[in-house]
Amino acid sequence: MAAVKETVDRVKAIDVDAYKYGFVTDIESDKAPKGLNEDIVRFISARKNEPEWLLEWRLDAYRRWLTMREPDWARVEYPKIDYQDLYYYSAPRSTPGPTSLEDVDPELLRTYEKLGIPLREQEILAGVQTSRVAVDAVFDSVSVATTFRAELAKAGVIFCPISEAVHSHPELVRKYLGSVVPVTDNYFATLNSAVYSDGSFVYIPPGVRCPMELSTYFRINERNTGQFERTLIIADAGSYVSYLEGCTAPQRDENQLHAAVVELIAHDDAEIKYSTVQNWYPGDSEGKGGIYNFVTKRGDCRGRRAKISWTQVETGSAITWKYPSCILRGDDSRGEFYSIAISNGRQQVDSGTKMIHLGRNTSSRIISKGISAGKSNNTYRGQVSAHRKATNARNFTNCDSLLIGHDCGAHTVPYIESKNATAVFEHEATTSKISEDQLFYCLQRGLSSEEATALIVNGFVRDVLQQLPMEFAVEAQKLIAISLEGSVG
Amino acid sequence: MNLPATIRTRTEAETALIEAFDATEHLLRGACDLRAAAMAHFSAIGLPNRRVESWHYTDLRAMLREAAPIRAPDSFTLARAHELLQGPGGQTHAIRLLVLNGAYRPDLSDLADLPAGVAVTSLSDELVAGDPEVLTALVGEGQGGDDAVVALNAALMQDGIVVRVAPGAEIERPLALVNMMSGGAPHAAFVRSLVIVGAGARVRLTETTTACTPAATQANEAMVLKIGDRANVDYVTRVFAQGEGAIAVHSLLATVGADAHFNAFCFMPEVGLARRQIFARLNGRRSNVRFGGLSLLRGRQHADTTLVVEHVAPDCTSREFFRHILDHESTGVFQGKVVVRPNAQKTDGAMKSQAIMLGDDAVMNNKPELEIFADDVVCGHGATVGQLDDDQIFYLQARGLPREEAESLLLEAFANEALDLIADEKLRARFIDDTKAWLAQRGAK
Repeated sequence: MAAVKETVDRVKAIDVDAYKYGFVTDIESDKAPKGLNEDIVRFISARKNEPEWLLEWRLDAYRRWLTMREPDWARVEYPKIDYQDLYYYSAPRSTPGPTSLEDVDPELLRTYEKLGIPLREQEILAGVQTSRVAVDAVFDSVSVATTFRAELAKAGVIFCPISEAVHSHPELVRKYLGSVVPVTDNYFATLNSAVYSDGSFVYIPPGVRCPMELSTYFRINERNTGQFERTLIIADAGSYVSYLEGCTAPQRDENQLHAAVVELIAHDDAEIKYSTVQNWYPGDSEGKGGIYNFVTKRGDCRGRRAKISWTQVETGSAITWKYPSCILRGDDSRGEFYSIAISNGRQQVDSGTKMIHLGRNTSSRIISKGISAGKSNNTYRGQVSAHRKATNARNFTNCDSLLIGHDCGAHTVPYIESKNATAVFEHEATTSKISEDQLFYCLQRGLSSEEATALIVNGFVRDVLQQLPMEFAVEAQKLIAISLEGSVG
Repeated sequence: MNLPATIRTRTEAETALIEAFDATEHLLRGACDLRAAAMAHFSAIGLPNRRVESWHYTDLRAMLREAAPIRAPDSFTLARAHELLQGPGGQTHAIRLLVLNGAYRPDLSDLADLPAGVAVTSLSDELVAGDPEVLTALVGEGQGGDDAVVALNAALMQDGIVVRVAPGAEIERPLALVNMMSGGAPHAAFVRSLVIVGAGARVRLTETTTACTPAATQANEAMVLKIGDRANVDYVTRVFAQGEGAIAVHSLLATVGADAHFNAFCFMPEVGLARRQIFARLNGRRSNVRFGGLSLLRGRQHADTTLVVEHVAPDCTSREFFRHILDHESTGVFQGKVVVRPNAQKTDGAMKSQAIMLGDDAVMNNKPELEIFADDVVCGHGATVGQLDDDQIFYLQARGLPREEAESLLLEAFANEALDLIADEKLRARFIDDTKAWLAQRGAK
């Protein structure tokens, strides 16, 4: 480890930026300098005390990443990202947050209030640094997490940070990591493979029905998994798991670029339900700032009769580039994709799914609801394909778009490719605006035009909301109303 | 969506096309600047390939191995052309305008029958005369300007027919533009026609490509159609590329004025490799356009329909309806894009593409796209891929029809629903017969 130590020291020595921001020493030592090179990759790996094979895996990804080009086919525009101007490993809190709720942007607090978030949670979400509260919160969450962990352990479920799983279950991580999203899959996934910080690891043993909904919310180190999150979920034969990602409250985050990778593996008769609510900072009304969310999510129905279902509510981020996909490899497997994507202000969303039918009698279903308001652009981009051996593949796709306002755009780009004569694919898409009649009806009954719009939109997305776990659905409904604020009148 | 001019080697065909241009530049008449600019564009981007989004499913760069030369018609072709015109099968209700191996032949066209209000000239003559109106009109509104095949057509266009329909003229007999090629040994033709329909005029057009003997012909045709306000245009194309290795790319560049009606249909039976691309722009309010098509494919045939319909003006209606029957290992492609520009409020658009796959190794690629920038619109699209309904076949079999006949009956019904879009009854009847013959041939095997 001498070489690594040397690297760390050298890296520390050239970190001139750190002083400028007045970091205390112990934080500073947890921070790599700006930029990306092999040493940074080694540094990250060393910090996590990773085994040799994983370091090699990361380095391989990094070298491949150098030869790749940033994709430009999505309908999103953003200034070129300078990858050498980013921190790839930083301490949990790189800049001091507000010291009490009074310092927090009142706008943000108003939103929390509307969502009905308890005060303490508000403080955590806003990143308030008052130690007492923060420590309490951490203790709380530790205790909550511990209780849950005990219950999960009883069922044999493994649910821990992936950095921990590398040590506790190396055989599983090694077997499955990168087996759904290969190292070279795409520019952002490759970057993630090289520098991923942390994420969740879930393994459900054969025949086990996970006793509770797993949520990142309860994981102790959730607060700063960083910008390059890596999630790996394995459902062994006959098991079931429902996983919730994100939360409805807007989150403070210093990292502008997020390039996460999520891999799901479902064996024979297993089922994975993955729900996401994404509400990162979308930038101001002029489009300044905001998160770039470039995520690669893919599920592999490896076994027979496996099922993977993606549900997403996307309301945040300045740019969303995200296509949760299903590879239907096992015979009789099933993939589902339910999505609500709302864009307002100057947000740009290019999202959709891929359903790759490889096995026999595979079926898939896509329900996508896009809502664009303000000056935003919202694109559904999806692919449904049946390969030669995918006898009796079935797909039903429905994507509807709703336009609110004169300056927004809604686009649909489906690719429907069938190489098997027994495949039956149906695709339908519509684009329309909110009906004047419906609006008038609501106004007449005393609703404000904003309330009326929210009500109608909630009706429009109901098919998808029904797919969300109960408590999520209620919050998501409120979130939709908030996301559309300022789009009417 | 074109890639930047990255460093890559040119294929043989690309080199041959560029060299052909350099060698014959002095022979190509008129429009030098237009040609040179188009050729420069082509040499920068090369033949379309799967990395070019709009050509993803039809990799012309890989499919066009050799660029065939342009050839003058031989005596056999001339005799055949005469026969077509005067022979027993030649008498139709249409006024025939003939292009032979890329050159307009007034001597072989029904010019004597031209009704009042229609003027026909040669594109080549017009280019030499340098009429700015023609030169401007010839590129439409720059639609398809990025497309390599359209650029190639502009650079190498040999000749074509220029038709002017006077404002208010009502032309009873259809105008039939025939692009005839010799066939035999492989050869190419680059034809560009221009039809300007004056305000309030009514005209029916048909356009066909044929080869005297089946061969690996390479036809690159472009039709520029300028439809004036309140005009009514009915336009039927039959893209035909018989013969092993035959390639045909037909591009329609259309602009539509206000309160106009435009009904275009494309029939693609028996094609080696055919691509029909439509670039239509609706510039005037309250216009109504309809695009339809039917392709019947077998063997290793490949037919691609790609269209971009741009709603620029408000209150327009567009309908796209395409059907495909795919047997054996054939490949069907449908890429339809409806664009609604910011001011095109109250647009009503609906697009549908449906395919029946008969062959186990057939491939169908559907890409119906919507690109919408106006909020007060109703737009939708549907796409289906499937096979014949077993229940329906069983129903017919239960009533005593053999399986083949039952299939043919259902396929015929499927095809006829598309052919119903053709307004011209005689033409529709002929295409229905062609479809029956195609199905009969299928049953015979």
